[in-house]
Amino acid sequence: MAASLLDHKNRPVVAVTGIGAVTSLGAGTADNWAALTAGKSGIHRISRFPVDGLRTTIAGTVDFLDIEPFSGPALTERLAMLAADEAVTQSGIGAPGAFPGPLFMGVPPVEAEWPHRRELYAAGKEGLGYKQLLAGTRNGDWKALHHLVAHGRPAELVAERFGTRGAPISLSTACASGASAIQLGIEAIRRGDCDAALCVATDGSVHAEAVIRFSLLSALSTQNDPPEKAAKPFSANRDGFVVAEGGGALVLENYDAAKARGANILAVLRGVGERADDFHRTRSKPDGSSIIGCIKAAIEDAGAAPADIDYVNTHGTGTPENDKMECLGLTTVLGDAVTETPISSNKSMIGHTLTAAGAVEAVFSILTLQNGRIPPTINYDEPDPTIPLDVVPNVARDVDVGVVLSNSFGFGGQNVSLVLAAEPA
Amino acid sequence: MAANDPRDAVITGIGLMTALAEGAAENLRLLTAAERPVPRTDTETFAPYPVHPLVDIDLSNQIPKRGDQRQMENWQRYGTYAAGLALSDAGIAGDADILDRTNLIVSAGSGERDPEVDAAILAEIEQTNDPGRFLNEHLLNDLRPTLFLAQLSNLLAGNISIVHNVIGSSRTFMGEEIAGAMVLQWALRQIKSGNGDVFLVGGGYNGPRPDMMFFLALGNYLYSGSEVPPLWQRVGRTDGVVCGSMGAFLTIESREHAEARGAHIYARLEEVVADRGRRDDAEDVARRADEQIAVLDRVAGDRPIGLISAASGAGPALDHELAMIKKIAAARPTYVRGCATMIGHGIEAQIPAAVALAAAALDAGIFYPPFEDGDIEQPADAPPDMIAVTGWGHWRGETLTIVSADR
Repeated sequence: MAASLLDHKNRPVVAVTGIGAVTSLGAGTADNWAALTAGKSGIHRISRFPVDGLRTTIAGTVDFLDIEPFSGPALTERLAMLAADEAVTQSGIGAPGAFPGPLFMGVPPVEAEWPHRRELYAAGKEGLGYKQLLAGTRNGDWKALHHLVAHGRPAELVAERFGTRGAPISLSTACASGASAIQLGIEAIRRGDCDAALCVATDGSVHAEAVIRFSLLSALSTQNDPPEKAAKPFSANRDGFVVAEGGGALVLENYDAAKARGANILAVLRGVGERADDFHRTRSKPDGSSIIGCIKAAIEDAGAAPADIDYVNTHGTGTPENDKMECLGLTTVLGDAVTETPISSNKSMIGHTLTAAGAVEAVFSILTLQNGRIPPTINYDEPDPTIPLDVVPNVARDVDVGVVLSNSFGFGGQNVSLVLAAEPA
Repeated sequence: MAANDPRDAVITGIGLMTALAEGAAENLRLLTAAERPVPRTDTETFAPYPVHPLVDIDLSNQIPKRGDQRQMENWQRYGTYAAGLALSDAGIAGDADILDRTNLIVSAGSGERDPEVDAAILAEIEQTNDPGRFLNEHLLNDLRPTLFLAQLSNLLAGNISIVHNVIGSSRTFMGEEIAGAMVLQWALRQIKSGNGDVFLVGGGYNGPRPDMMFFLALGNYLYSGSEVPPLWQRVGRTDGVVCGSMGAFLTIESREHAEARGAHIYARLEEVVADRGRRDDAEDVARRADEQIAVLDRVAGDRPIGLISAASGAGPALDHELAMIKKIAAARPTYVRGCATMIGHGIEAQIPAAVALAAAALDAGIFYPPFEDGDIEQPADAPPDMIAVTGWGHWRGETLTIVSADR
């Protein structure tokens, strides 16, 4: 029997054997990759709900799925299911409906939405405010709505459909959730708890109140016309992110177990780093120490050196704050090599898929490794002189990429970085 | 029990606040007093639904900056407060070296809104010509900009990082009751495998709020009435949940880390089992119960145990959980206590709160007298040195957590 492959810390190597993605650019990795490398934007004017009176009227919503009756939680479930189905099918692992490992799933805090509230209020007939809403719950059977808006529900459905083992973990680290779901999978496989893990992240929650909440925090781009030009990461005229939807999924496996069953190994997850920030609810420490610590920890965990990073799939939201701080973090950790290292932001095309972003962008990082092609940062027309980085402006670039750093940062001081590589090392 | 292992996961700090009292010690004192405490209940404010409001606390004891308090809603305040209590109790509060590598795992929900804004919109929206525009304009003008941050599930963790400077790592698990067991399970596994020495885990819940009760009311899970029966008298009905406010956090360390710094050890976290499945599939429900029973048989053998149920009160989960408890009790002396009787139900915080009660009792070498009269809860002949915490979620997820005295 061959000796098992261990990493520099004598831990099992974590392989990726299946990937899946859905974004506003389409369903499936093939369509997404074609659009991304063509520099195509999925951002469009919102048609799902009236935008009258809103400062931001554009988004990267996923509108091509037939969901009846429509709701954010229902879309969130569907996005997870589609991405997971693609990943599990590609990996060929287990029997149908019997995935041999746990489920780790990034989910948005789904909730009852305004159409639901209006329906309940009408059913309540009398009272005022929540008294009437609560009276409404006593008139009729609303159990299906309870289940629909339970936080555990999306993972419950995916666990049931794919037959993952034990209780799933539904998690939220805000806009780092997708990376955190992968992180839990890495930890579980390295611990030897399991040989495989299904890591999913999903977000289908663009409704009027969600857009307004981000608007009130001045986080969104208001350059609505034309929609496809609004997301401008690393540009001097960037003015916020564009809210979007998507789902991403990865099948992680113990490298030896994957090899033993003859699986096709798409990439390895060499390292993961995390650092919480205690400075502010929506801003990083001004000295960037949390982001710097996070990126350093990921590279160290991978047994790599900063010089080994061939490409950075950035968090790159397009907010003035994020891009400045991410640049500071990369410059500090990569040093002089930073100007020679291509970086790009998928969000320039798909927008910010929030809870799903870390997983969606990990999938695109793996496609970058596989294809030797870096998706561009589009809408890069006005370089920001304070961010002197090679953002792969506007046009995809063919380069051999062996090691990718993928960053995810979120409200609440969440910072997670992943190091993905083509081959075990 | 196996000999002490340096990678044992031990509980070294408890932060607990409930409808009964602030602090694990005061909860323990009241609940073990000669006279059984009367649960603090408010049956009027949200009639027909009774609630167990939090005991009065002075937030500034653990959240000194008013600015921080203002940035939160109550579920976050309660959680952040309890996290501070746990860190202080463990002697970690303010210790930058340890906080720098303390791993935070929070079990959280969300759902606190601005009920007044919602009420104003609902009162008028059906009479307007353009409901879409009306909704947009009201939300844009009336919502507090920072309310969103008080609603996000992971912002309890975010606030704990900011207020208490916990920055090693930060994860938030969701999914109702089961999240409360998964945070314990993850900490246990990471410690056992040598991936971290210090964890801060737990949650906070604010029951007495109409927007929070709305979620449970949708499923017809809330108890209605002016008298609140104790937990086991709610068996057989689906609508048995009485919400309670609480905050419950634990510091969990590797034994070697705790001993090296001379920390007090309350109890040892032995095992956490969690599974899911359909509730209408009797065979699979039995399989999940048997899985937990098998783990308990392995860890506890036939020794007498305490059993604190974190059941919500909602059926059929309560009936299923009780059926499992009866099987457990058939194999060994088992002293059952339903903690919802005394503190109500706090969803994601309920299992951490029950484990906090267990750890406090094991440390003191005493056990709780029955929380209610009847056949199910019987006085203990002697204080057990192991306690099982059962927690079958109100709609999904079945968990069992085992803690033991560390002597």
